[in-house]
Amino acid sequence: MNLEIEHRAEIIIVRVTDDRIDAASAIQFKERMREIVATPSARVVLDMSNVGFLDSSGLGAVVAVMKALGPIRRLELSGLTPTVEKVFRLTRMDTVFIIHKSLPDGLKNAG
Amino acid sequence: MPADAMGAVLSLDPPDRAHIVMDATVLDVRDGLRGLMACPLVQNLSEGCLGTTELVLAEALNNVVEHAYARYPGQIEIEIRRDPDQLRFHIRDQGLPMPGAEPPAGRLPEPAAFDDLPEGGFGWFLIRALAQDLAYRRDGERNLLSFGVILDNAA
Repeated sequence: MNLEIEHRAEIIIVRVTDDRIDAASAIQFKERMREIVATPSARVVLDMSNVGFLDSSGLGAVVAVMKALGPIRRLELSGLTPTVEKVFRLTRMDTVFIIHKSLPDGLKNAG
Repeated sequence: MPADAMGAVLSLDPPDRAHIVMDATVLDVRDGLRGLMACPLVQNLSEGCLGTTELVLAEALNNVVEHAYARYPGQIEIEIRRDPDQLRFHIRDQGLPMPGAEPPAGRLPEPAAFDDLPEGGFGWFLIRALAQDLAYRRDGERNLLSFGVILDNAA
């Protein structure tokens, strides 16, 4: 599981460089994310624009990471591709996350 | 034989059918899906249809890996037929039978308080939401699961 991390002021931006979060990588994703977000920050933004495929194990891992952050420091998702967006919409998890179409203004030149 | 290199056996004869045998591991499922999504059988499907197909198959196959073969290793055999209006899938394994001899109801986990948000239980919900004519039977020592995925760009 390849993740790129960028710290910007009070924000941690994590870019998933793998093209999928699936049953084969969900546990590793969850563990890496928990390490990354152990660093304090006001916000955590997960850039998923490179992820073309997410299955139920991957969805469960993303939910687990959000729960690990706690209720105040919400996990924000960015750049959901069509199939990934469908998984969030069908399971109604799109109502639980803050979802940005693309990286929020001011973060776009990250990296 | 790129499919062989990915740990699965893929044959395409006749051209409207595919037959895949893979070891029942999450990595072999991933490689098998990659091979299938690149094969001629799914050529010219819409992006949405391809995504739905890969998602339903991934859920069905990973379920076999995690539950049917929870206690011992084995193989999964997949037959795919492309009909004019849908892709038909038959998945066989020699793992443990499904409890109650039927696929789980797959109800969407209830919306919950933050700490109780569900981290699982989405798999069968997604299969039932996206697949047609889901059927399961136990045949001797084998499980047989079949379903279809409607082609939205059917001729």
